Amino acid sequence: MSVEALSRPRPAHDGTDAPLVEIVGLGRTFDLSKRWLNRVLEGSGKVTLTAVDGVDMSIRRGETYALVGESGSGKSTIAKMVVGLLPPSAGSVRIDGVDIWKELGGAEQRQIRRRIQMIFQDPFASLNPRWRVGSIIEEPIKAFDLITDKRERENRVGELLSLVGLDPRDAGKFPHEFSGGQRQRIAIARALSSSPEFIVCDEPTSALDVSVQAQVLNLLRDLQERLGLTYLFISHNLAVVRHVANRVGVLYLGRLVEEAPARTLFSDPQHPYTKMLLDSVPDIDMTGRERTPIAGEIPNPVNPPPGCHFHPRCPLRFEPCDKVRPPLKEYGQSRAACHALEEGRVSAHRD
Amino acid sequence: MTAALSVRNLRVEIPTRRGVLTAIDDLSFDIAPGEVLGVVGESGAGKSITGSAIIGLLDPPGRVAGGEILLSGERIDNLSPSAMRQIRGKRIGMIFQDPLTSLNPLYRIGDQLTETILTHEAISAKAAAEKAERLLVEVGIPAAGTRMSSYPHQFSGGMRQRVVIALALAADPELVIADEPTTALDVSVQAQIIALIKRLCKDRGTSVMLITHDMGVIAETADRVCVLYAGRLAEIGAVRDVVKRAQHPYTHGLMAAIPSLIDDPNEKLEQIPGSMPRLGAIPAGCAFNPRCTYRFGRCMRERPGIYPVGASDASCFLHDASGEAPPAAVVRNAIDAGIDVRASEGAEP
Ligand SMILES: Nc1ncnc2c1ncn2[C@@H]1O[C@H](COP(=O)(O)OP(=O)(O)O)[C@@H](O)[C@H]1O
Ligand SMILES: Nc1ncnc2c1ncn2[C@@H]1O[C@H](COP(=O)(O)OP(=O)(O)O)[C@@H](O)[C@H]1O
Ligand code: SF4
Ligand SMILES: [Mg+2]
Ligand SMILES: [Mg+2]
Repeated sequence: MSVEALSRPRPAHDGTDAPLVEIVGLGRTFDLSKRWLNRVLEGSGKVTLTAVDGVDMSIRRGETYALVGESGSGKSTIAKMVVGLLPPSAGSVRIDGVDIWKELGGAEQRQIRRRIQMIFQDPFASLNPRWRVGSIIEEPIKAFDLITDKRERENRVGELLSLVGLDPRDAGKFPHEFSGGQRQRIAIARALSSSPEFIVCDEPTSALDVSVQAQVLNLLRDLQERLGLTYLFISHNLAVVRHVANRVGVLYLGRLVEEAPARTLFSDPQHPYTKMLLDSVPDIDMTGRERTPIAGEIPNPVNPPPGCHFHPRCPLRFEPCDKVRPPLKEYGQSRAACHALEEGRVSAHRD
Repeated sequence: MTAALSVRNLRVEIPTRRGVLTAIDDLSFDIAPGEVLGVVGESGAGKSITGSAIIGLLDPPGRVAGGEILLSGERIDNLSPSAMRQIRGKRIGMIFQDPLTSLNPLYRIGDQLTETILTHEAISAKAAAEKAERLLVEVGIPAAGTRMSSYPHQFSGGMRQRVVIALALAADPELVIADEPTTALDVSVQAQIIALIKRLCKDRGTSVMLITHDMGVIAETADRVCVLYAGRLAEIGAVRDVVKRAQHPYTHGLMAAIPSLIDDPNEKLEQIPGSMPRLGAIPAGCAFNPRCTYRFGRCMRERPGIYPVGASDASCFLHDASGEAPPAAVVRNAIDAGIDVRASEGAEP
């Protein structure tokens, strides 16, 4: 096997400490109601689903910030608001100080958009099957008018293909001629073509087999080091997150329940949900272990439990938990939203 | 002791317009009574096809083209469709990734369970209904008595999979085949379902064939593991051996490529180059040879047999004591990686 190291990426420092991405009070609701007329005829009310609810987070330059959460916790919705694909219902997303959702002059907005790219989970659905690989990769270059000369653009596509470990001649092929892992490399080449600084990776390896997953994770890390990229890395796989992230945020039903440096989160989780999640993930290094799975299931997001969303499944719940939303507070290096932690009912740090 | 399930030299073919594809090629394994055998492999390795072949439900035009399948010593691969229908549900219980494939959306849960019990057991309708309710309690459905009259869509994904487990166990089968039973569920629910399958089958002495692509699930659940690659057996052995002392270069690479929650996150994750071949493009010789760091002359020409190594069996020439020996450098590299090479060392190339 080729043994390329996948060690933890080191944040590239450029002297400034200002975060590259600042997300404040981000929220998004979806209207699930039937059409107005049906509502009147059937007497059904308005139904809204809160997919993302007051999320605050900031991402430093050169780091990999990982968002973890089970399916439906709001990860993809956050990703789409951060890259500019879905308008937020509340809050703001600032990239390098510029609010990407505020009305800006066209040029400024375009300039910011060029600096953000996204890689999706499904390399089969995210590449247009009727386009040749070369056209797929150069599309952002054309959209942002980065290289006008055709020959120069083709050279750039060739460079990008080499950069992600493919052959420049692959530009003439169609997506179906490639395996899942190779398609994800094409998607990465496309994301890199506008020379972005910040890439949102939404479950980039979830559709891939493990032997191929390691290739893609290694490639992403390698590119981060060479190009000084900043990643928002979204995954439901805690073991993967532990191997790529500098910092980790844990989502539960649209809310950030904990955030900590990766090392701290995995060695000393604070929130009861994080603790139980870490205890329940099946793991290759834990043959034959006895464990306590989390009780219950994720509640319906249309009608989430009041107060702390986690309270029906929480072994530590007490009076305020089903009434008051716990604020995100600092405990050492971590931030967590839990009444029991706030009241010191559990020793916050294991020392 | 007679194996609960014995698969011997199984060959499954899929005729297509461009020729006959061999989806399963000379696959053999046993499952002992009460044992959990994990079947792992990347997508397309042939896991589901193996399960379908055993229960006699291969999608046409796929067909069993060779070998034998024995359930507690009796051949079942040559039974008539109606005799096979008797065996499914009664002697082999099934759990699939999507619980809705096993549940009829138009029938109440209680009726489906009761009916299954009545098909396979000569008891009164009342006794069957009571047994159905006991099963629902056992699989952890809250308020089982009232839930008997609910329809599948009124349950959450995890609860539905619990109902399917009750259905699979309703006739006290000797074998349960579970194909990716937790893949569609949330991480926190996965652990509940795995623990449930494991406990119920242990209590009853039921053997389990657990098919999944998730090595974590296997590591925590299975007694033994069978690793498939391109429709062929790569390695089979006790779960600890396969995870910690893998003997086939593919398994070895696979284990090193999987990130874990307790390894050193700064330690390298190894990567295997390339990807598993499609059925129509399986290379000559060892199917893994284009991706293998240890391959040598014969790997490109001959197909390796199955060789014992420690308590495992592996299909790799590094463990073949006869025939062309690997070059000295290959032997050294393999031993350094922790592979117990059994082949005698050849001359320096
Ligand atoms: N376009 C939409 N319309 C209605 N509901 C949506 C839409 N997109 C997402 N949701 C809902 O929002 C919640 C969060 O979804 P998502 O962000 O996709 O979660 P994740 O990526 O963590 O699985 C889910 O309950 C989902 O059903
Ligand atoms: N009807 C069919 N025609 C052609 N190929 C098929 C058919 N059914 C399955 N296959 C192929 O058989 C192989 C094994 O499939 P499967 O057993 O479903 O794999 P797994 O469950 O390990 O992911 C795959 O390469 C798949 O594409
Ligand atoms: S038989 Fe050869 S190619 Fe196949 S795994 Fe063993 S060493 Fe590698
Ligand atoms: Mg998502
Ligand atoms: Mg399958």
